[in-house]
Amino acid sequence: MRYLCLIYTDEDRLAALPAGERGALAAEHRAWQEALWASGRVVAGEAVACARAATVVRVRDGDVAATAGPFAATREELGGFLVIRARDLNDAVRVAAGTPCARLGGVEVRPVRVPERPHG
Amino acid sequence: MRDDAGAAVRERVEEVYRAESRRVLATLIRLLGDFDLAEEALHEAFAAAVEQWERDGVPDNPRAWLVTAGRFKGIDRIRRRAKFDASLGQIAARLESELRAPSAESAEGLPDDRLRLVFTCCHPAIPPDAQVAMTLREVCGLTTEEIARAFLASAPTIAQRIVRAKNRIRAARIPYEVPERRELPARLETVLRVVYLVFNEGYAASSGPSLVRLDLSAEAIRLGRLLVDLLPEPETWGLLALMLLHESRRAARTSPEGDLILLEDQDRSRWNREQIAEGMALVRRALASRRLGPYTIQAAIAAAHAEARTPGETDWGRIVALYDLLLEVTPSPVVALNRAAAVAMRDGPAAGLALVDEILARGELADYHLAHAARADLCRRLGRCAEARSAYERALALTRLEPERRFLQRRLSEL
Repeated sequence: MRYLCLIYTDEDRLAALPAGERGALAAEHRAWQEALWASGRVVAGEAVACARAATVVRVRDGDVAATAGPFAATREELGGFLVIRARDLNDAVRVAAGTPCARLGGVEVRPVRVPERPHG
Repeated sequence: MRDDAGAAVRERVEEVYRAESRRVLATLIRLLGDFDLAEEALHEAFAAAVEQWERDGVPDNPRAWLVTAGRFKGIDRIRRRAKFDASLGQIAARLESELRAPSAESAEGLPDDRLRLVFTCCHPAIPPDAQVAMTLREVCGLTTEEIARAFLASAPTIAQRIVRAKNRIRAARIPYEVPERRELPARLETVLRVVYLVFNEGYAASSGPSLVRLDLSAEAIRLGRLLVDLLPEPETWGLLALMLLHESRRAARTSPEGDLILLEDQDRSRWNREQIAEGMALVRRALASRRLGPYTIQAAIAAAHAEARTPGETDWGRIVALYDLLLEVTPSPVVALNRAAAVAMRDGPAAGLALVDEILARGELADYHLAHAARADLCRRLGRCAEARSAYERALALTRLEPERRFLQRRLSEL
C-alpha cells in the first residue's frame, strides 16, 4: 500500500521557538527523512516552497487564469510531501508520527488509490 | 411432530444467534477480510444452520460450525463476483488455500476476535459519531433502526455513517488488529470514550418516554463487561465500575412524574446494592493497580457517594482530594466546577462560590447551564437571593432537557 503524506507546520509556533530549538527540530526532521529514504520506504518526496510562492491555475470557458495561491488558506503551511510504502494505515501513521512537524503541525495521510483492474 | 422439532431447532438457532453471532462475525471479518462480506456470510451461515441442524442435530460446537459455514459461504460469494472482476479470483484462491491449511485454531478453539472488532470500529481515523454507530452495529448487533431511534437520528443518517466508515476502513486500509502494547493506552481511551458516550445517552434518555427507546445504558454496561473480560486493564475496570455505580441509582434519581431528584435527596434504600457491590470491587481492583486514569478516579468519587449511608456521612474531604487528582489527569473547567461543588460541601458555600466565580471569570463555561445552576445554588445557600435568581434564570435559558428545566423552575419559585 502507498500513502501520500502531506507535511504541514504551524509556522507561528515554529517562529515563537528560540533559535536553538528551531535548529534542533530542523535537524531532527532531516534525520527522520534521511532514515526514511534509506529504509527504501519512500516512493517519492520533495520539500516545497511556502504558500506565498504558490499559484493556482484555473481554466474557465477556455480562459486560463493564474492567481496567487494557495488553494485553501490554512493556518498550517504545507512544507513538503512524501509518498511512502506502508503495510496499512497504522503503519503509515507510525511513520508520519516520527517527524517533529507532526508535533508543530500535522501530517495528512491519504491512501494512494490503487488503479481499478480492467473488467472481463 | 415435525413442526415441533422444527420450532425447537429454530429456537435453539435464535439462542445461538443471541449468544454467539457477534463473536462469529468478528472471526469472519478476520478470515474474509471485509465487513460486508462477513455480514452476508454470517446470515447465510445461520440460514444454513436452521436447515441443517434440523436434519443433523445441533452441533456440539455451534460457534465453530457457524464460522466454518460462514467461511465457505464467503468464499462462494467472492467466486461468484470474480466472474465480473478478475482480481477477486486471486482473493478467493488465497482464502481457499488458508481453509485447507491445517489450523492450530481448531485444536484450541477459536480465538476471540471481538477485541479486534472493537478497536477497529473505534479507530481514531473514523469520525467519532461513526465510531459509536459502528460499535453499536457490529459489536452489539443493534439494527440501524434501533441505533437511529436511540440517538433520535434518522435511519438513513445512521446507515450512511456506517457505510462511510466501512468505506474508510477499506480505502485507508485500517488494519483489523488489536493495537500494540505501546499504543494501547491512547487507543483504549478512544474505545472507553465511545462506551461512556453510549452510557450517557442512555442515562439522559432514561427520563422521558423511554419505554420505546432502547436501553443504551444496559448496552454500554454489556460492552464494558466484554472489555473487562478481554482486556483486563485498570481503566476498563474503572469504566465498568463508574457505569455500574451510576446505574445503581437509576430507580432513585427520578420521581414517578419524571422529575430530577438530586443525590442528596435520593432515597438510598432504592439504590441497587448488587451493582454497588460489584462497582466497589472493581474500583478497589483498579486503585490497587496504582495506574490511576480518569475513569478510575471518577469511579472512586462515585464509590465515595455509594458508601455513605446518608448524605451527612459523605466523606467530602476524600472527594475533594479525588477531584484534585482528576484535575491533574484531565484538566477541564467542568471537572473544576464539580470540584468547586465538592469544596462547597467540605468548606461551606462561600469557598465553593469563590471557585465557581473564578471559573466563570476566566470566560469558561459561560454557556454551560450547570455552571450557572451551581452559582445559583451556592448564592441561595448564602442567602444572596437576587444573585441566585438571576443565575437560575441564566441556567434556565441555557438548559435543554425538560426535567432539568422543571427542576430549575422549581428552585427559582422557591426563592
